[in-house]
Amino acid sequence: MSSFPLAPLWYLETLWFQVSGTLCNLECNHCLVSANPRNKTHAMMTLEEVSSILREANELGVREYYFTGGEPFLNRDMLAILEETLKYGPANVLTNGTFIDERVAQKLRVLYDSSRYSLELRISLDGTTEETNDPIRGKGSFTRILRGIRNLATVGINPVITVTEAAPELERKGKEGREEFYALVRSLGIDRPRMKVLSLFHIGEEEGRSCGYKKHESLEGLHLNTDELLKLQCTTSRMMTHEGAYVCPILVNDPAGRMGMSLRDTLKPFSLDRGACYTCYAFGVTCRT
Amino acid sequence: MPDLSGISIPDIKKLDETFGKVALIGGVYNNHIALEKACQTALANGCEAIFCLGDLGGFGPSPNKVFPVLEKYAVRCIQGNYEESLAKRLEDCGCGYTHPRDNHYAQLSYDYTNRNLTEENRARLSAFPRQIQFRLGSRTVHLCHGSPRRINEFLWETTTSDGFLRATADAIGCDILCCTHSGLQWSREFTPGKWIVNVGVVGRPSNDGERDVWYAELAEGALQPEIRFVRVAYDWKGLVQEMTDENLPAEFIETIRSGWWTTCLEILPGKERMKGKY
Repeated sequence: MSSFPLAPLWYLETLWFQVSGTLCNLECNHCLVSANPRNKTHAMMTLEEVSSILREANELGVREYYFTGGEPFLNRDMLAILEETLKYGPANVLTNGTFIDERVAQKLRVLYDSSRYSLELRISLDGTTEETNDPIRGKGSFTRILRGIRNLATVGINPVITVTEAAPELERKGKEGREEFYALVRSLGIDRPRMKVLSLFHIGEEEGRSCGYKKHESLEGLHLNTDELLKLQCTTSRMMTHEGAYVCPILVNDPAGRMGMSLRDTLKPFSLDRGACYTCYAFGVTCRT
Repeated sequence: MPDLSGISIPDIKKLDETFGKVALIGGVYNNHIALEKACQTALANGCEAIFCLGDLGGFGPSPNKVFPVLEKYAVRCIQGNYEESLAKRLEDCGCGYTHPRDNHYAQLSYDYTNRNLTEENRARLSAFPRQIQFRLGSRTVHLCHGSPRRINEFLWETTTSDGFLRATADAIGCDILCCTHSGLQWSREFTPGKWIVNVGVVGRPSNDGERDVWYAELAEGALQPEIRFVRVAYDWKGLVQEMTDENLPAEFIETIRSGWWTTCLEILPGKERMKGKY
């Protein structure tokens, strides 16, 4: 019989919301949840739904909140959801930045100033030029993403640029490639550029690109010690979508990733038997900033 | 309900003592000059006991020089991630940075401390308890390095939710929760009658363009405790000279000289980052 290590929920530090479901205006060729303008696997979350989960999470001692999708700003209630979240704790939004026009940027600045907690915007970018970014994130996306970053810079918000390892600059040049992203962000008026590099998971759209997980890419039979377990985000975080409660932000399209309907259903260990679990373990991946 | 605190209760040493006023000193980072000045100030201010919340090493020069100071002022220490790593002879400091550049500098300073620490002093810091509780008047004070659940958790003012602090204080049974590790001092009453105090560090300035460093004093108060951050001006030129003599990185020396952080920046939350120069 096969045996996989169990990841206990050590504490609930980070709570994620798939706030716009799997709906996105872009169609990136590495998207691990295959979000696109037509994908309605997970529906939009409402302000009431998020508010109710926030109250429960606050009682459970959650320290910070993250929002992803799809594209979070496709949710019409996104600004109201952030306002509500910032009453409870810090909020982080993973966005493609294309909806951050001058008006939205100014509203974000108001939220940024009105809360004692941190409001972080994380903007995805996969190249330092149209030629390298657009083949991955879609035609015309580079210009629109940069406009979003510039609008945030104008109101004095310093976003974190999220770059996946699919970015040609990182694939080809490694460390030097990072510097090219820093230089680009500086050129947009941000003198203290911040960046997060994300490993790729061979699921969703990326499964087609990289041919999925091979048989040896598995945690079967491994014994993980406490330090190794604590590095896995599933020992300290959970994910909520309109469809229910999930172990992590990665496995929302995998029936095995669903742990129940409510947050309380997730307060139990998870068997690390998915291919994506191997990526988290082998590359020390966390979706947190 | 499963226990979601992540706290190891046997790690907590409960002192059978009640104090009226104490000094709490955070990360020392080998800055023995500022440590001595902080201890002198604390005694002059009437503190009955001085506690250090860990991270004696790293960043600054000559890691053995802090030990005579700790002894002279009877400073009681808990372990930080530095002490944990040095005690276990680990290969890195376990600071918990996320960026390659930050980890590069963290490694340089850890290797320096690890290489120069005497075995006698390694044995001393290995014996420090991990967390301490004591009474301040009628209140219970809890000392940890990062957080009660994780020695290298960064508790920043803008990313630490009240809900988390309430759950933590309930789990360990304290009224005033004290930590260091992040390098920036702050405090808040997170629920009526309960306080968090990040005591800051004396090892390096608090990224505000001032060369002074900070520690915290807690005093028993009638309605609420008195929480005061104390500014410490010290002989920074002397420290710069020692760091230069020890060939420590120019970036570290620049921080002591200018009051601005030059490394370990990527871990700062947005709001804290925007207050610094780099």
